[in-house]
Amino acid sequence: MKDWRYWLAEQRGTLLALGIFIVMFVIYTSNHPAGFTANVVQTAANKGVLLAFVAMAQTLVVITAGIDLSVGMIFTLTNCLASWLVIGTGIETAFGVLAVLGTGLLCGAINGAIVIYGRLQPIVATIATGAVYFGIALLLRPFPGGSVNEGLADALTGRLFGVVPASLVVLLAVVLIVWVPFSRSVLGRAAYAAGSSETAAYMSGVPIRRGKFAAYALAGLLAAVGGLFLTFFTYTGDAAYASGNAYTLFSIAAVVLGGVSLFGGKGSAIGAIFGALAFRTIGDLLFVFDFDPLWQPLFQGVILLIAVSLGAFALFRVRNRLEWFL
Amino acid sequence: MDGAIPLFRMEGISKRYGGVRALEKAELSVSSGSIHGILGENGAGKSTLIKVMAGVVAPDEGRMTLDGREVTFASPAAANQAGIVCIFQELSLVPELSVADNIVISDPPTRFGMIDRKAQRRIAEEALARAGAADIHPLALVKDLPLSRRQMVEIAKALARKPRILILDEATSALTATDVAKIFGVLKRLRSEGLALLYISHRMNEIAELADQCTVFRNGRNVASYAAGTKSDNEVVELMIGREYSHIFPPKPPRASAAAVPVLEARKLSWTDRLDNVSLTVGAGEVVGLGGLDGQGQRELLLAFFGVLRGLSGQIFIDGKPVAIASPAAAREDGIGMALIPEDRKTEGLMLPMTVRENLSFAALDRLSKAGIIDRAAEQRLIDDMVGLLAIKTAGLDIPVGALSGGNQQKVVIAKWLMRQPRIILLNDPTRGIDVGTKQELYQLMRKLADAGAAILFYSTDYDELIGCCDRVLVLYDGAVRRELVGAEITERALIASALNIHGEESPVNLGANA
Repeated sequence: MKDWRYWLAEQRGTLLALGIFIVMFVIYTSNHPAGFTANVVQTAANKGVLLAFVAMAQTLVVITAGIDLSVGMIFTLTNCLASWLVIGTGIETAFGVLAVLGTGLLCGAINGAIVIYGRLQPIVATIATGAVYFGIALLLRPFPGGSVNEGLADALTGRLFGVVPASLVVLLAVVLIVWVPFSRSVLGRAAYAAGSSETAAYMSGVPIRRGKFAAYALAGLLAAVGGLFLTFFTYTGDAAYASGNAYTLFSIAAVVLGGVSLFGGKGSAIGAIFGALAFRTIGDLLFVFDFDPLWQPLFQGVILLIAVSLGAFALFRVRNRLEWFL
Repeated sequence: MDGAIPLFRMEGISKRYGGVRALEKAELSVSSGSIHGILGENGAGKSTLIKVMAGVVAPDEGRMTLDGREVTFASPAAANQAGIVCIFQELSLVPELSVADNIVISDPPTRFGMIDRKAQRRIAEEALARAGAADIHPLALVKDLPLSRRQMVEIAKALARKPRILILDEATSALTATDVAKIFGVLKRLRSEGLALLYISHRMNEIAELADQCTVFRNGRNVASYAAGTKSDNEVVELMIGREYSHIFPPKPPRASAAAVPVLEARKLSWTDRLDNVSLTVGAGEVVGLGGLDGQGQRELLLAFFGVLRGLSGQIFIDGKPVAIASPAAAREDGIGMALIPEDRKTEGLMLPMTVRENLSFAALDRLSKAGIIDRAAEQRLIDDMVGLLAIKTAGLDIPVGALSGGNQQKVVIAKWLMRQPRIILLNDPTRGIDVGTKQELYQLMRKLADAGAAILFYSTDYDELIGCCDRVLVLYDGAVRRELVGAEITERALIASALNIHGEESPVNLGANA
């Protein structure tokens, strides 16, 4: 086989997610009363990148065959924190941003430490830490409020050259600064290897622990980028429990739609980004078709169910039934 | 040895797992530019020995020296660093990564902190070429390769680490004959380049062709070292056995003339590449053994009968009537009445945190309940019977089964199935890791059940057990039945010879090539 065919096979999940997204987006804009305009694209992009950041965060952990049920809560916590700190002069705002990102990184690092060194299952550990993160968020913002440096917020949620949504440019920058180096580093390779076969990775002398730790910590960082953006869109901080949980849940749907295997070792954050954009667009289709918004949660639930079911198809190929339970 | 300082030396290495002694003051010397063959039966300590060498397990005592300096390895990575690279029997490849990713996995080439894909590709291509497997594309995913190709990748991966000592543990067991020939070429070249190679294989002809020096292990000790070609196959088998009988077996009844219709019969069972046209019969009152080296399809054969494997071809007959067994639940139904005592009682036999009582009645719950409600009195009666019959030693029925000793746990697994009064009992190496006393009780029980009319199919890795317990033994090799031993034919020598797939007295290979 030629090299490009291997490349294609590797990118299949990502390309499929891209395809789903394009189809959904075309249906969406062609039925939107305003049509395909810079405004519609900007609004869609701003909603989409929030989930995209959280989905990227989820991808890093899922690659290690784990799952992070606290991403939505880190997202909420950093939103609340940003509504206190990202304000004032340029210097103050800059330190505020760093503090928010640092908090996200710390939350992720705590998750990683508990899972890797405490040897707890990721699902249990992150439910618990997620509850803690939410508790802190609630103390920071018992009621929705606060404010943000509006100049910065408007610049990052506006448009560049009148057409390109700035939020997409930031998303691209984060991909280039965080995801690309990680996925090509030794630690990233270790995270993939640990997710695919931890024993084989161990036997090969791969730095499994450091790789997994990096994945969890960076997941916290990415969720914080999402939290920061939420503040830029809403100008406030809000410790909303339901919203935090929804983001966790949707991040899993986005990851699966994006071709990332919940069994670990396979997939890319780029796929998850398209999965997130596609998931958001599907949800918004209801609006352009004039359905009652009450139906949206049910509709999204069904999509989530279908998305996670896709992962089960591999079981049909298993020939030794005992392997079902591994 | 010929006076040269050995490259690597192990002295007085011991290792215990719980009460089981895997290595007992073992010694080994390895020299540069030679191939050292390691021989021994299942459980002779070979695997533990190389795990110690490769830094996977730490020895309880003993010392290792490399170039005359004492070394200890805390991890496989540390052993690699020192130049000791092992190709394990269980593959150490990461399935979702590409061939090239896997080859450089221990030490990927980097540029500005990121993995240099071009350099990685180049290293992988070189290593594949050195292993004689240039046909494997470096970008292919390992999970898409067949087993024999994966093994070649494994060898390429080892070579990419530039080892001084290369250990191959049953490295050819998954390979085709062409690949084996290629690998032998590669290994001989590596020897001439000055590497020390340690070659563990059950295939005597391979050892004879490759090795310069051989060491035989038995019961965790090295019992003999000799220059290759100085001993005949038969002498080597003798060295591998040399063990006294340590178990007491119940007397076997005189062989009855074969019953008219066997209780269990298989015709031409095949499944993927693990089972190859297996046909066999087990009559009422008969104990039939499955012998051979570990991993030759015995486990799969038992799972096939028990309805676990999908895509099985061939036919299974119960009492002469063809049946299709779709699941373990179907296998235990009345018309079939089958029970499987699994190999790993901790995962497949018991729910460790649950109580002895609950574990005992799992398999028979349908019989003990009416309209979904369990009849506690009937359950208690049956459980009492079983605890008495098997003499299960437990502080109570309501303690977690995980708190019992290994032998008593195994009794619980067996009792659980006996509560259904099965007619066909499949046993998958049931005495592994249990004490001698309990073993003896199990042998008695097995014979008692057979006398009561059960048909028993018994896989064991312990040759003594097969000799002591079985009326007939089928020896499997490579998924196929290679030999049937009946009655007095079941001897250790015959079992080992047929397990190694060599035939009887004369050696087919011309030895003495390196005088």
